[in-house]
Amino acid sequence: MEVTTKSMPYSAFKDNEYIEQLVKEIQESGTNVIVGSFDKLINWGRSNSLWPLTFATSCCGIEFVSLGAARFDMARFGWEVARASPRQADFMMVAGTIVNRMVPVFRRLYDQLAEPKYVIACGSCAISGGPFRKSYHVAKGIEDIVPVDVFVPGCPPRPEAMIYGIMQLSRKIKVEKFFGGVNRQEKQEEFLKAHPID
Amino acid sequence: MANLQEKIAKLSPAATFEIDGTGILQATVPAKEWHDLAKALRDDKETPMDYLVTIVGADWVESLGCIYYLMSTTDRSMCSVKVVAEGDRETPYIDSVSDLWHIAEIYEREVYDFFGIIFINNKDMRRLFLNIDWVGYPLRKDYDEDPAINPISIENERQSDNTTVYTKEDGKIVKKERAIFHHDDFVVNIGPQHPATHGVLRFRTAVDGETIKKIDVYMGYIHRGVEKLCESLQYPQTLHFLDRLDYFSGQVYHHGLCLLYEKALNIEVSRRAQVIRVMMDELSRIASHCLFMGTYCMDLGATTMLFYTLRVREQILDIFEKTCGARMTFNYACIGGVMQDIAPDFAADVKALLEVLPANIKEYNKIFTGNVIAKNRMEGVGVLSREDAISYDVTGPAGRASGWACDMRKLFPYSIYGELDFEQCVRPEGDSMARFKIHIDEIEQSAKILAQLVDNIPEGEYCVKVPKVVKLPKGQWFQLVEGCRGACGFYVESDGSTKPVRLKIAPPCLPLAGVVEHITTGNKIADLITIGGSLDYIVPDMDR
Repeated sequence: MEVTTKSMPYSAFKDNEYIEQLVKEIQESGTNVIVGSFDKLINWGRSNSLWPLTFATSCCGIEFVSLGAARFDMARFGWEVARASPRQADFMMVAGTIVNRMVPVFRRLYDQLAEPKYVIACGSCAISGGPFRKSYHVAKGIEDIVPVDVFVPGCPPRPEAMIYGIMQLSRKIKVEKFFGGVNRQEKQEEFLKAHPID
Repeated sequence: MANLQEKIAKLSPAATFEIDGTGILQATVPAKEWHDLAKALRDDKETPMDYLVTIVGADWVESLGCIYYLMSTTDRSMCSVKVVAEGDRETPYIDSVSDLWHIAEIYEREVYDFFGIIFINNKDMRRLFLNIDWVGYPLRKDYDEDPAINPISIENERQSDNTTVYTKEDGKIVKKERAIFHHDDFVVNIGPQHPATHGVLRFRTAVDGETIKKIDVYMGYIHRGVEKLCESLQYPQTLHFLDRLDYFSGQVYHHGLCLLYEKALNIEVSRRAQVIRVMMDELSRIASHCLFMGTYCMDLGATTMLFYTLRVREQILDIFEKTCGARMTFNYACIGGVMQDIAPDFAADVKALLEVLPANIKEYNKIFTGNVIAKNRMEGVGVLSREDAISYDVTGPAGRASGWACDMRKLFPYSIYGELDFEQCVRPEGDSMARFKIHIDEIEQSAKILAQLVDNIPEGEYCVKVPKVVKLPKGQWFQLVEGCRGACGFYVESDGSTKPVRLKIAPPCLPLAGVVEHITTGNKIADLITIGGSLDYIVPDMDR
């Protein structure tokens, strides 16, 4: 199955092996005709209107501003509704260095995102700590703190790279199982057991 | 300078003097006499030292101490005072000067955070960047960087409503607790994740209805420890961090630190490199001010402006990209000149920019500056007087909007600025509108500088030969440059090796955040966004 998005030719994407592997894993035990069709419909909508959280700590955030402005214009792909509240956002573009003091705040923002949620690690600081890796006050990559879906390298990545990164995320969303997959709903009791109130 | 030396010698007979690498007089005075000397220097009738440029904390292994850089706004005379802390390494202490210069309170907190030097009588002796449970003082030479001591935690950091005050009673240091807020204050938290704080800055705001009673600024959510990192890198390697502090002034900061290194190494830079550097500085100033206008107007609800201003910014980024190969982190100026020669169509591109700029500025004024909503929201809001601007170290466009002529390009003309024809934009009002308008004025002046240079880029080499291994002689240097947001100072101390002993960056944005409380108190909470936006601080720059 050739998974593509925004009328991009399949061969224009680089790591197609990954997405093929993902499709294989998901479809291993077959797909229900009815549920599968609904999945396709819902994923078509989800993958085409990804809402980012306005979250930037440093340089990459400015490129994210450029991405939103007229020249690179992410609005044409349906990603323009940058939300200031995590409860309304689909994914979080971690644009910038995450330092020790920011980690609890960052983790809380991630927890506040509504499921299904995704994370893009944008720029070398978010990926590994970047030029500040040896510092006493910098997290060495955000992968230890939250699960990451897409890595966008660069210091800072160009807006084009960011577009490519979000497209990769969009492709991933397109093949996911929605019902019984990412749309899991925890029972209230289960949730409270996992997150006890003291 | 001789007068200054006589003056200090008279006030503090035990003082010893030397001249540092940049020709600034340095007096070393005993800690006991420091406060009285500071008071006398600041209250001097003819040339009061009313501008505290920065406080450089330092660890000389056998002792800890501070170097205070002072400047007089009347005659631009500058001196530095070195004070070695009293007490042992456990509790070193110096008298606070926060009663003389308002900004000293924040600067002293920074020194306390990094070196653990206690300032007696400072009303707020908390850590500034690191959280309250942090173990050790990171910029001390014997700091243990083991991540096991200060692990990364996803648990919320502990927070205290109290601050510490140290006083001296009968020769003993007494530690006291002081509440930050009144016990029945209603405190609202704003940030660190908030679209209008321009980065990860956090305010705890005590409000009375809609009126702001007190603001407590929390920094350090993007503190990356650049100064400590620089101590383990060779001189040319330290440069690249400067692109990532105030990411709009990357070119200017590079220029500044290169000037300092070149002064220390006695390197004469070719005329061509100087012209290129100045042009790059001014281009980035225009790009930076354009982005300021866009984001500031967006904060106030005028989203359209962002698209209009970014149009010019993108054009400038294209010019940068052709020459430097990057849109933001250029790493362009290097010791001896610039990294590579300018692109063949650089001059043509700059000319094309200069052609479209006047029409753009006209457009900005038409859609925003004269807008009645903008006027109502900005005029008379957040007035900062000239005296307070000096006392709080508010330099750059914000300081000049308060009537303080503090442009380092004019005060201490570096590179070729002395021979260029441009004006220093000063406005007397001191409100948010003046701070906005001054950015437009400065774009015009930068364009004027570019117009003078674009046809006069001399031939020659773009980078002179420098030794493969850069070793600075023993000594210390201090260099001020005019960043896009104000005066940026660099202090370097060398022991003759390939790595700096201490590299201090005195950023313009730290005082800008320090003055927020003073300006906003008594205003409405909605004006916090207007005022904060007009100050135009960049959080990674203040946190470093």
